[in-house]
Amino acid sequence: MLQKMYDWIDERVDITPLWRDIADHEVPEHVNPAHHFSAFVYCFGGLTFFVTVIQILSGMFLTMYYVPDIENAWRSVYYLQTQVAHGQIVRGMHHWGASVVIVMLFLHTLRVFFQGAYKKPRELNWMVGVLIFFVMLALGLTGYLLPWDNKAYFATVVTLQIAEGIPVIGEMAKTLLNGDPNIVGAQTLARFFAIHVFFLPAALFVLMAVHFIMIRKQGISGPL
Amino acid sequence: MCRGGVNNVREKAQVSRRQFLNYTLTGVGGFMAAGMLAPMVRFAIDPVLQASGTEDMHAVVEVSEITTEPQRFDWTIKQVDAWYTSDVIHSAWIYKNEKDEIIALSPICKHLGCAVSWASNEEYPNEFYCPCHGGRYYKNGLNVPNTPPNAALDLFQKEVKDGTLYLGAQCQTL
Repeated sequence: MLQKMYDWIDERVDITPLWRDIADHEVPEHVNPAHHFSAFVYCFGGLTFFVTVIQILSGMFLTMYYVPDIENAWRSVYYLQTQVAHGQIVRGMHHWGASVVIVMLFLHTLRVFFQGAYKKPRELNWMVGVLIFFVMLALGLTGYLLPWDNKAYFATVVTLQIAEGIPVIGEMAKTLLNGDPNIVGAQTLARFFAIHVFFLPAALFVLMAVHFIMIRKQGISGPL
Repeated sequence: MCRGGVNNVREKAQVSRRQFLNYTLTGVGGFMAAGMLAPMVRFAIDPVLQASGTEDMHAVVEVSEITTEPQRFDWTIKQVDAWYTSDVIHSAWIYKNEKDEIIALSPICKHLGCAVSWASNEEYPNEFYCPCHGGRYYKNGLNVPNTPPNAALDLFQKEVKDGTLYLGAQCQTL
């Protein structure tokens, strides 16, 4: 049945070459943990991607209940955690995944750094990777405010003070992030939500696509 | 399945190493995907699976105030909408019929949901009238034939306790 459906589509649009390009490629011996166990360090990039997928999925589901409004944000989070089936698990996945993704990203960065895998011709991909790292940190920062509890609120107050510390444009940067020159409130939450669920993920998808296309183009760096 | 003979060994090796790894990976991957998605899907479909509570009865009016002429009475319900609690006003047209039974009709027109009221149109002094498209109902709630509505007004579930009328959910009638 599945094979027939696949064949039907394949006959018309010829997806097998596409699929081959994405999934069917050789894994060199030096990156295969089955050959050298120490090659597990090559898994961190893939694990980062895996956790990112969990973050995207759990985030999508959380927005079914969450509202980015100062009156209701905390209450909606409380409701989804206490009243909705598996709410604790889904929010837990997003909460812990947010930390795990940073850890994995960092381990991946360490591996690339200490193996010197960033060297020519892969400098450009290192730069894209650094951008992905920044986007991830920004996702963590903006997501932190969304539950709108005391911890979230005061963490954001500190964030805004850091932004204010930038020479010359500090004041402007703070207002831009905050949505208001003084009040950390309604506009701040709406902004952080928009940045967290639309702008940063869009940037992340583009950067990840570039990252992966470059890996495929340049291949995995050789053994040490 | 008795094949026997020299071919036996070769027949058993039908699953190649590649296939075996494929199946294993698909199985493990499927298991992980299912483990990930199961809580999220259950989370999303929760509203469908929530047990629908029976609506409480609310005190509306003293029975002594009810006449044979339909009167509109309003009462307030505390509505809990997930994390948002609000006061919602409900209305009913209430009267006693010839048999001294209390009738509590919903004011919501069965055509497109406007609010009907008793004798609000001078041409139809003994009918419920809907101002939106001229829908009409007799005193007992039945829709007047050849006017827009095609069903009778809903009735409220009712209960009289200690001289007070309590109303609950609306239900289709007649």
